[in-house]
Order: sequence, then C-alpha cells, then structure tokens
Amino acid sequence: MSGTSDAGRLPARFRASLSSLASVPITLFGLILVTFLIGRAMPIDPVIAIVGDHAPPDVIARVRAELALDKPLPVQFWIYLEHLARGDLGNSVMTSRSVTTDIATFFPATLELATTAILIAILLGLPLGVFAARYQGSRFDHAVRVVSLAGQSVPIFVLGLLCLLFFYVKLGIAPGTGQQDVLFEGMVREVTGMRVLDAALAGDWDAFWDALAHLAQPALVLAYFSLSIITRMTRAFMLEALAGEYIVAARAKGLSDARILWRHAFGNIMVPLITVIALAYAGLLEGAVLTETVFSWPGIGLYLTGSLLNADMNAVLGATLVIGSVYVGLNLLADLAYRLLDPRVR
Amino acid sequence: MLTRRTLLASAAAAAVPLAAPAIFTGARAATPRNIVAMAKQIDDIVGAFDPGESYEFSNNEVCGNLYRKLVIPDPAGGDRLVGDLAEKWEVSKDGAVFTFHIKHGVLFESGKPLTAEDVAFSLQRVVKMNKTPGFIITQFGLTADNVEQMVRATSDYTLELKLPIVQATSFVLYCLSATVGCIVEKATVLANQANGDLGNAWLKMHSAGAGPYRLVEWKASDHIILETNPHAATKPRIPRAVIRHVADPSAQLLSLQKGDVDIARDLGSDQLKLVLNKPDYNVARIAQLTSMYIGMNSSVPQLQKVEARQALKTAIDYEAIAKNITPNLWGVWQSFLPKGIPGAVADNPFKKDVAKAKALLAKSGYPDGFSVTLDHFAKTPYPEIAQAVQADLGAIGVKVQLLAGEQKQVISKTRARQQQMALITWFPDFLDAHSNAQAFCQNTDDSDATKLKSVAWRYHFFDKEMTDLVDAAVKELDTKKRMEMYAKLQRDFFQRAPFAFMLQNVEVAVMRKGVSGLALGVLPDYTRYAPITKA
Repeated sequence: MSGTSDAGRLPARFRASLSSLASVPITLFGLILVTFLIGRAMPIDPVIAIVGDHAPPDVIARVRAELALDKPLPVQFWIYLEHLARGDLGNSVMTSRSVTTDIATFFPATLELATTAILIAILLGLPLGVFAARYQGSRFDHAVRVVSLAGQSVPIFVLGLLCLLFFYVKLGIAPGTGQQDVLFEGMVREVTGMRVLDAALAGDWDAFWDALAHLAQPALVLAYFSLSIITRMTRAFMLEALAGEYIVAARAKGLSDARILWRHAFGNIMVPLITVIALAYAGLLEGAVLTETVFSWPGIGLYLTGSLLNADMNAVLGATLVIGSVYVGLNLLADLAYRLLDPRVR
Repeated sequence: MLTRRTLLASAAAAAVPLAAPAIFTGARAATPRNIVAMAKQIDDIVGAFDPGESYEFSNNEVCGNLYRKLVIPDPAGGDRLVGDLAEKWEVSKDGAVFTFHIKHGVLFESGKPLTAEDVAFSLQRVVKMNKTPGFIITQFGLTADNVEQMVRATSDYTLELKLPIVQATSFVLYCLSATVGCIVEKATVLANQANGDLGNAWLKMHSAGAGPYRLVEWKASDHIILETNPHAATKPRIPRAVIRHVADPSAQLLSLQKGDVDIARDLGSDQLKLVLNKPDYNVARIAQLTSMYIGMNSSVPQLQKVEARQALKTAIDYEAIAKNITPNLWGVWQSFLPKGIPGAVADNPFKKDVAKAKALLAKSGYPDGFSVTLDHFAKTPYPEIAQAVQADLGAIGVKVQLLAGEQKQVISKTRARQQQMALITWFPDFLDAHSNAQAFCQNTDDSDATKLKSVAWRYHFFDKEMTDLVDAAVKELDTKKRMEMYAKLQRDFFQRAPFAFMLQNVEVAVMRKGVSGLALGVLPDYTRYAPITKA
C-alpha cells in the first residue's frame, strides 16, 4: 500500500513542478509584451533619444529605418522576439553597447547590494521575530513591532537620505554615495563586478575596506525594509507554532526553553519562511531602484531609471526582462523548495 | 539560553562588520593630489566618445580634452580663431580652396606622429559615417562620393580642403573647430574597425587622439576616467581626472563640502548662494551659448498675428525671472544669437510693459485675451520660470495652462509640431552665427515633406525674406558685410518671429580652496581640464 502511494507521489510532485515551470515562459512573454507596448506608447520619439534634437531629417529617417520603427507594431514586436531568441537584446543608446553587456556590467552591483541586504535582514530579522514571539506582549515585543512597522511605512528613499544626512553629513563617519572613493575608481580589475569581492580577489585591502564602507549604508537601508517583513512574518509563524500541542508536549517532557524554541517551533516554521525570504530577496533585486538612485549605486535599478528617462527602449526592455526573470526564478525556486521540504504539499 | 540582552548584543554585532569600515574610511579629508575629481551630471551621453558621433554636452567636453583640431577659438578670448594643429592656412580668393599647413612634431597617444593624412581621414570618416553631427561638415557640399577628392593630404603636412559649395571663410573655420573637427589617428582607428564601421564602435569606448588626455574608462551614468596622454605636447598639471556622475545639485555641493570631489559642475542657484564669495571656494564662470526661449506655434489662430506675439513678449518680466529664479545661472539675453557668438547684438529690446502688451493684444483682435498651453521641462528651474510666465501673461488676460514633461518628451512634441507654446532651450552646433540663424530664421518649405525641419519649421514660422538672408549671409565672403546681415536678421527677428528669447546660460564651476585653473569654454568642447592645479 505504502509502495503504491510513494510511486504515485513522486510523479505528482514532478507534475506540479513542471506546471510551475511551464508558467514561466508565459509570464515572461506577458512581461515583454506589456513592456514593449508601454515603450511604444511613451510620448518620446526613440529616434530623438538616439540622434538628438539637432539631427537632420535624413539621419532621423535612416535611424528610424535601422530600428524598424517605420514598420507596423506587430512586425516590430516580432523582430524583437526574433532577436531575443538569439540572445540579442539590442544595443543601448546610453552606453553604445549591447544591452546584454550592460546587464552583465550593472547587474553584479545590484546583486552585491541585495545579497548583502538580505543576509543582514536574515541575521537580524529571524532572531528578532523568534524572540518577539517568545516574549509576546513584553516591551521587547512592542519595540520589535514598532521597528518593523516603521520599516514598512517609511519610504526607502527617505530613510536613505536621512542616513546620508546623519552618518555622512553630520557625523562624518560614513562615506558618501557611489561604490568607491574616487581614489579607487578604475584601480581594481573587475572580475565579478562586485567591488568588495573584486578588491578581495585582487588583494587590494584598502580598496576592499573602502568598497565595504560604501556598501554599508545602502545595504543597511535596503536590509531594514526586508528585515521588517521577515521579523513580522517570523513572529506570526512562531506564535502559531508555539500554540501547538506538540510544544505543550515538549514542555511536559521537560525539554529546555532553547530546544523548544529553536528545534521544535522554529524548525517547523522554516518552510513558510523560505518563501517569505525568497520573495523578500526578489523584492530587493527589483526594488533596489530607489536605493540605487539615492546612493548613486551603479546597479540595474539606476540603469533602468536612466534608460527610461532617455527613452532607451532596448535597455528598458532588457533590464525589465532580467528583473522579471529573477523574480519569476526566485518564486519558482521557493515553490520547488516548498514542495521538497513540506510533505503535506507533495 | 539566549536572553534579550544577548539577542540585542548579537544584533548589534551583526551590523558592526559593515559599519566599522564606514567609520574608519568615512572621514577622508580630500582627494589625493594626483587626481582631480569632478561631480557632474553625465547621463546625457549618447554616441559615447567618437568625435564623429558625439553631440551631447558631456561627451563633447571630454572629446575636447582627448583630441586636437585644426583650428580653435583663441583661448585668450575674443572672436579670433587660432591654429591648433594648423601652423597656418591659406584660402583661395574665391573662398573655395583651403590649404592647411600642419604643425610638425605633434604625437598621438600611440607615440606616432600626426600627419595631414590623419586629418584628411578624420574629416572623410565624418562625412562617410554621416552621424548626427556629420551635417556640420557635409553642409560644405561634401558627400561620401566626393569627399576623398575634396579633402586630401597633398604632402605629409599639407591638407587641401575644396568646397563644392563656396561659403564664408569664417563659417568654414568655425565648423572645423567643432567636435566633428577632432583629429583621430588613422592607423589605430582602421586597425580597430569592424564591419566597415571606420572604427566607430571602438572609438566610442577608446581614444586615439593627440589631446592632453587619453580615455581610460567610462561606465555610463557612473564615471569617466582620463589619464595623461604620455605624448601630449602640453601635459595636464594633474595626471588623472575622474568625472563622477552626480545628478542632484545638492549632492554635488555635499560632495564638494566633504572633500569627496574637487569641483562641482552643476550647482543650482540655491547651492551657489551658499558658496559664492566664500573663501573656501574658487569659482570659474563663463557665458555659455545655451539659450532659453518660448516658442509660439504660428499655426495656433491666436498666435498667428505678429501683434499678439509681440504682446506676449512685452508682458514677460525677464529681469525678475533672472534675478529671482535663476540668479548666477541664467542672465537676460533676447537675441537668437547668444553673447559670445560673433555678430550677436545686445539690444535686449523687450521689457515688461503691461499697458503696451494689452494694447498690442487688443490690436491683434483679442482685447480680452485667450487661452493657450505652454509645454516645459519638468526639471528645475523650468517649472518655476513657466509659473512666472503664466503669472505675467495672466496679467494681460492670457490664460496659460502649463504642461510639464520630461525633456525628450517636450522635444518630441515640438518636433511633431503638436505644441502651442513651449519653454525650451537650444545651443548652437558650432560657434558661427549660421548655426542659430538657420535654426530659427530659415524655413524653406513649411510642409511636412520638407527636407529642412528647422526650429522655425517646428513653429510654422515662414519668412521668405529672412530665409533668403540666411542663405546670403552664409555665402558672404566679406566678414563685415556678413556681420551686418546677421545684425539685420536679429533685429527683424525681434519684430516678426514667434520666439521670445529670454535667458542665456552661465556655466559656473565651483572648486575647493586650493583647486584652480579649470578653463570653461563657451561650448563644452572648448572646456579644458589640463590647466587644473591643486595646492
């Protein structure tokens, strides 16, 4: 009986996973289509973005034809999809390079920022949430709730500007905007595109500390946003877990408080927490736009903002596609992890 | 067991590794002496650093420091052009043939000597590529088919330029002093060409010039790094220049005050008030050639009559706008030729006169005024200026609806002739009067099918007499007569054109104490970093 059940369970799990996978291209196609249409509906002539206000009509006509903008919209979209299928995202007006190269240049900076931020958020958010639940109703719990609420209510750019004002301007203990001091600009060979890692790989420890110092403020600001979500969700999951009968049983057995808290209660909430963390991480990767703007952090968010203002549609489409893919990918991973870790959803 | 105390301690401990380096390195007092750091908005760059394609402010400025040209405006000032790579030049009596004698001993950054062949190649590739600024050279009548015969090296150090269309000598020379006139090294560029692009893709990211600097690195919307060209005739005082993209003027001021940068290039009026006349800062300034104007679309019935347009020009309080909204950055200038262009007249004939404006409005058939829209850029100071204009025009009964938009959105709208009025800016492509005269006075065919979609065309301004005078002026070989023609054009323009030129930009660069020498140019490509020094 159990053998039959196990045999039937495995294909079902794969079927669910395959169904999730199948939705990815549909989601991405929808994303490309909507972004493409928004790009074409923008009240900015993309040719003017390339050739400028002073260009003579013959140059404008030539560039319009080169970009196939003189063709009907469905044809333009089909041409874009054809190029996309070959891995060609087109060239960026702003950088004069292929969008693929640009994304490879700008995305590591976002990855560095978002990964640092999510690590800080996990390191702080999980224990804060666990202990807020453990000491429910205490002053500590109230303090955590206030801090979490503030993290979700204060706009991230306001927090960023306040940090710059306080730590950089008033106290002078933190560096200003950008990824590095002018002194180190262009001095460390880019390997991963993540300045801290590249400086460490090059063994340039002055550059390493400088890059880390520049990373600290935007990462902490960005982390605060995710920390508040992780803390609140951890607290809510823990409260539910701590009310379970198995916790009463564990206490009756005389297990230590720490063992009950971390082994039995926390162990049981890890599955839903993975989803929360994955979504928070995806949110950071896409939502770093404002933080990158405030801190002049040359990541994909800043690239996207600049591209939008310059009507650089290839760049906008490419960056949107990457951010969307990352979001969908992380969702999918969370979904798969959920299925693997929780036997009830198999 | 974990307690609250240990929890808080561990939380703080987790943040320390990130905060500690910030504390240790955050208090750097100034940039090193071998680096000059500038904060500048550099996200306007399109076409990167190929001088044959570059046309925006930031890349033109950098190109001016990477390359040399045949002739340049006299750095000492005035209207005179002086030789840069040209030792001397002769022009045939009919103005059709220019012979340039190239200086000996000028070296490219590769260490190879610069010859007339490099000069011929540089001008030929501009014509063959025909990118946005290519018209500056092709307007001489040069085409991809004839350019190799018309522009050629007759010896290692002699270049002959034949003009298929004879034009004023000063006009030709000023065109050659534009960014498209930058001389690139033929061998290096051809060695890096791909698919017959004449090195266009490579030259966007690299340099092959004989200027004081070479291009080391550019990361779009982040930074540009330049280093001394080891073979430059005049080497920079500071070997490394870093231009860092800082879009916000307040952030630029902050970086300057904290010593993170040496020079702030885009401070607004509010920031300038805090630093001008303070001993901690040096200031460089120059009247640049960017004009701010209101264009009135003559296809709008209410704006068709000259009297109505003159009424609007007379209702605006130019002085108050300059004084209260844009002090130190924009000054009153009402001619379409900005101060600094040879031939510009300084009449500034319009002053706020509500009674006169109302009388003109009545004469135009609209004694009770009318309603009109005004498109403007959303970025400061344009909304503030638009509001001031709205109030001024409101005083004579003209109701103005303001339509704010991104810069390229407003430009796209005016190019499609969909605007009623627009508050907008313009800068000439080269230092000669013809650039702006053609843009604002010439409209050969007001239909959509025209080949010349000038600014005049965008506003349906069709004036045959002025159109013909623009053509005559650019061909006039007698400089004095030519200047008289431009003076007449400007005065006729004051009376007839649907444009209210309001302000001219002043470029202001603020340097930290001990930093000096930045030489600002009237056009961005004349700005020089090489003389900058640090105490």
